[in-house]
Amino acid sequence: MTEVAATRAATPAWSWLAALRRHGLWLVAALLLSGLPLVFRSGTALTMMSLMGIMIIFSLSYNILLGQTGLLSFGHAVYYGLGAFFVVHAMNAIIRAKLPIPLPVMPLIGGTAGLAFAVIFGSVSTRRGGTAFAMITLGLAELVASSSLILRGFFGGEEGITTNRTRLFRLFDWNFGPQVQIYYLIAAWCLISMIAMYALTRTPFGRMCNAVRENPERIEFIGCSRTMVRFIAFCLAGFFAGIAGGLAAVNFEIVNASYLGLQQSGIVLFAAYIGGIGHFIGPVLGAILVTYLQIMLSDVTVIWQLYFGLMFIVVVMFAPGGLAGLLMMHVPLVRARVLHLLMVPYALLLAAASIAGVGAIVIVELTYRLTVKATEGTVIRLFGISLDTESAWPWLLAAALAAGGGFLTHAAWPLAARALSDATAHAGERS
Amino acid sequence: MLELTLISTLNGVLFGMLLFLMASGLTLIFSMMGVLNFAHASFYMLGAFFGFQISRYIGFWPALVVAPLMVGVIGALVERYGLRNVHRHGHVAELLFTFGLAFVIEEVVQMIWGKAPVDYRVPSLLDFTAFTVLSTNYPAYKLFMLLISMGIFMVLLAVLTRTRIGLIIKASLSHPNMVAMLGHNVPRVFMLVFGLGCALAAVAGVIAGPALVTQSNMAGLLGPILFVIVVVGGLGSLPGAFVASLLIGLMQTFAVSVNASLADLVGALGLTLDARSPFGELANVTVAQIAPVIPYLLLVLILMLRPTGLFGTRET
Amino acid sequence: MSTPVIELVSIHKSFGRTQIIRGVDLAVPRGERHAIIGPNGAGKSTLFNLISGRLKPTAGAIRLDGADVTGAKPQEINRRGLARSFQITNVFPRLSVWENIRCAVLGSLPYKYAFWHGIESLAGVKERTGHILHEINLVGRRDTQAGVLTYAEQRALEIGITIAGGAGIILLDEPTAGMSRREAEHAVALIRKISAGRTLVIIEHDMGVVFDLADRISVLVYGQIIASDAPARIKANPAVQQAYLGTAAA
Repeated sequence: MTEVAATRAATPAWSWLAALRRHGLWLVAALLLSGLPLVFRSGTALTMMSLMGIMIIFSLSYNILLGQTGLLSFGHAVYYGLGAFFVVHAMNAIIRAKLPIPLPVMPLIGGTAGLAFAVIFGSVSTRRGGTAFAMITLGLAELVASSSLILRGFFGGEEGITTNRTRLFRLFDWNFGPQVQIYYLIAAWCLISMIAMYALTRTPFGRMCNAVRENPERIEFIGCSRTMVRFIAFCLAGFFAGIAGGLAAVNFEIVNASYLGLQQSGIVLFAAYIGGIGHFIGPVLGAILVTYLQIMLSDVTVIWQLYFGLMFIVVVMFAPGGLAGLLMMHVPLVRARVLHLLMVPYALLLAAASIAGVGAIVIVELTYRLTVKATEGTVIRLFGISLDTESAWPWLLAAALAAGGGFLTHAAWPLAARALSDATAHAGERS
Repeated sequence: MLELTLISTLNGVLFGMLLFLMASGLTLIFSMMGVLNFAHASFYMLGAFFGFQISRYIGFWPALVVAPLMVGVIGALVERYGLRNVHRHGHVAELLFTFGLAFVIEEVVQMIWGKAPVDYRVPSLLDFTAFTVLSTNYPAYKLFMLLISMGIFMVLLAVLTRTRIGLIIKASLSHPNMVAMLGHNVPRVFMLVFGLGCALAAVAGVIAGPALVTQSNMAGLLGPILFVIVVVGGLGSLPGAFVASLLIGLMQTFAVSVNASLADLVGALGLTLDARSPFGELANVTVAQIAPVIPYLLLVLILMLRPTGLFGTRET
Repeated sequence: MSTPVIELVSIHKSFGRTQIIRGVDLAVPRGERHAIIGPNGAGKSTLFNLISGRLKPTAGAIRLDGADVTGAKPQEINRRGLARSFQITNVFPRLSVWENIRCAVLGSLPYKYAFWHGIESLAGVKERTGHILHEINLVGRRDTQAGVLTYAEQRALEIGITIAGGAGIILLDEPTAGMSRREAEHAVALIRKISAGRTLVIIEHDMGVVFDLADRISVLVYGQIIASDAPARIKANPAVQQAYLGTAAA
């Protein structure tokens, strides 16, 4: 008894250190977010980082549904889009009425709109789970997307609705015109949202979400309503999606029907899944990667969406845990210092896959030039080399690379897999 | 009025049968493998485009046989080398795989044939008027579509209920493990059913292509409606899919011909609405304008009244 | 005569044209340890499914503590103080053992949907979870994923999830199925401990367990209870011997 008392007496000093260790990561994140614009100063970089911030909030909100509660939604962009529309209308109304409401508060309006619609649609959607739920979200998304073409007053038709973020009430003389100021606004909201959503996973509700995901039938027998859990999760996800949408409205100063369309829903699904739905940080990684690719790839090739789709299929088939899943698999190896055992097999696999990849990309690009862009001439420039779609040798070379690389990958894969399992067993022994 | 009703009924039934041609394949695949093939409408689109391309080389009638066969084979390969590998990662992964597949197929079709509609024409043999209802000419091609869909449906029913392979398929739908224990090659049955389902969708594409627009956004337009049908009918229920297909086919066709709006109704009562207010805007929308949205409204209605669907019993 | 804690009145259950339960009347008084035995296919698990709300009876009434719960949903029945285990282990596979029990504990508490305060701050939850873990002897496996536990450990976890909410009426569906003699002995000791002061209904095939544990035994054959009596009299009942135990007495 005295031992317990003694330890308890000692805790006040230790609790600060423990708190720091627990929350230190957030401090690091805050410092990182603040410091990034000092390193990456260009306009493109600032824009990209702003978009990443928005996408991080959006993807994390999506993962409340998929990763935590096991609900696959094909229509999450509805709440993102509606949040954006409500913010853009609110901004215009505030500007007209000259109300002293500053810009930083706007995402909250988006969040409220997202929440309100999530309550309405969620009451209908969450009656079912699994595949039926996914199809219902698809149907509702179509409903909203179609309505946006009909209700032109609110949704602005094809052109959408525009606004001017610099005309709002100025707080501390920030007019939020320059991109760097918008970046900091987004970064602040991103940090707040990340902390909030992370905290959510550590609440009783968060735990019940996981239980519903694991065994939605058993949950009823321990006294918990799975519909209620799903409904609340849906509402919270809609809230944060609305915040992301509001930030997007502020960032782009224009909102149109594409914000709530199926393509946008698909992108957030891609981002969350490729990043890894099984870990909190997964959607963050996925958001960063997908935003980066979206911006960079579209400069390099017109058919970047095809590559996205192929990448997604590859992840679903070979790495369903996503990026985060892959990384987490290697954490015990790093701890046990056996990572070096994987260097050679991984290098072989990477080399083989790259060869196959290059071959496939060349074939795809050649095909594209041949079929659609026949008017732009027969020569394409890929990896710094000019290739003529009319001559046979690029095709043959590409086919050889693809086939040979594919064969090598097929051979290297089990080697890498065995190396991984050996190393993991090794790490298990050492710990 | 009578003319409109008759024509709309014919067209509605036709549309419904077309939808059922696809929804039946989808339901079969779902019942057997527990996965909803998100790419189903994409195989429909492939059927239309293959049909178009092949009919340019060897004519419509050979294309009617060859195109679905090709798509069926592609479907079987997708099952064998793609879906089967994803199966162990769970239902969500399977659904996402088919989602990614749908995405990729649309991009590839767009890449090869472009974004504009292609000139897929009704074969000259059927390019005449079958009969005239009062003052409207009903094209023979539409009648052909109706007959083919019904014919295929009959054949499907016969195969499932009266043949040995049909028996094995039906057994594998609910007890694949037991059927495997009895010595049947269940993975091959799965592959067969998946290929068959895709071929059915492709047939719908081949025959619908000339009548509807053959364009790379076909799958995106029809896909969601298909999924609404299976949810409304009840996941895994063939009779449910049938009823839902006809219901939606008829509702949409009739809606398109109704040009009345809520404002008209209000106007008939002697009141007027300000067209610029949001409510006024909503009220001025004609029934024809909301026709594309009707399946989704039906979905919401069914979800509120009968969440498991019309004939559904499964809780997935 | 006090109200029986579980009362089944003329229960029938059919699936399509197949009748599984053909008229069952049962009254379990408070604090009794009641065993249900019978040949395979008699409908024992179906009976549990009916009582716990997983299935709705085709006819008849089910009462808990006098209140009519026929057709009520599983979570309503659970909130009235009835918890059940499953014959085929039904845990939360990718959650740790600790999480499994903790969720079961939370299910019985009013703040299970609370998303505004952390779970670590709920001291009562932590204590109770630790206590249950100790009872089912899985303290050493607390961080292991439920899906990778051994079969016997999973059965223990199954019981743990059932009792974690503190229900007064416990239904156990073949808790010792597939266990070795030693494991079954442990399980029986655990069951005896946790059912002290509570009402227990247990489906079992292991006659040793049944005669050891039960105050009363009901014999279910083809959807009907052919006998319901004290263990000694059940052993001697000729109808039971014929239908179930065979002509040689156990």
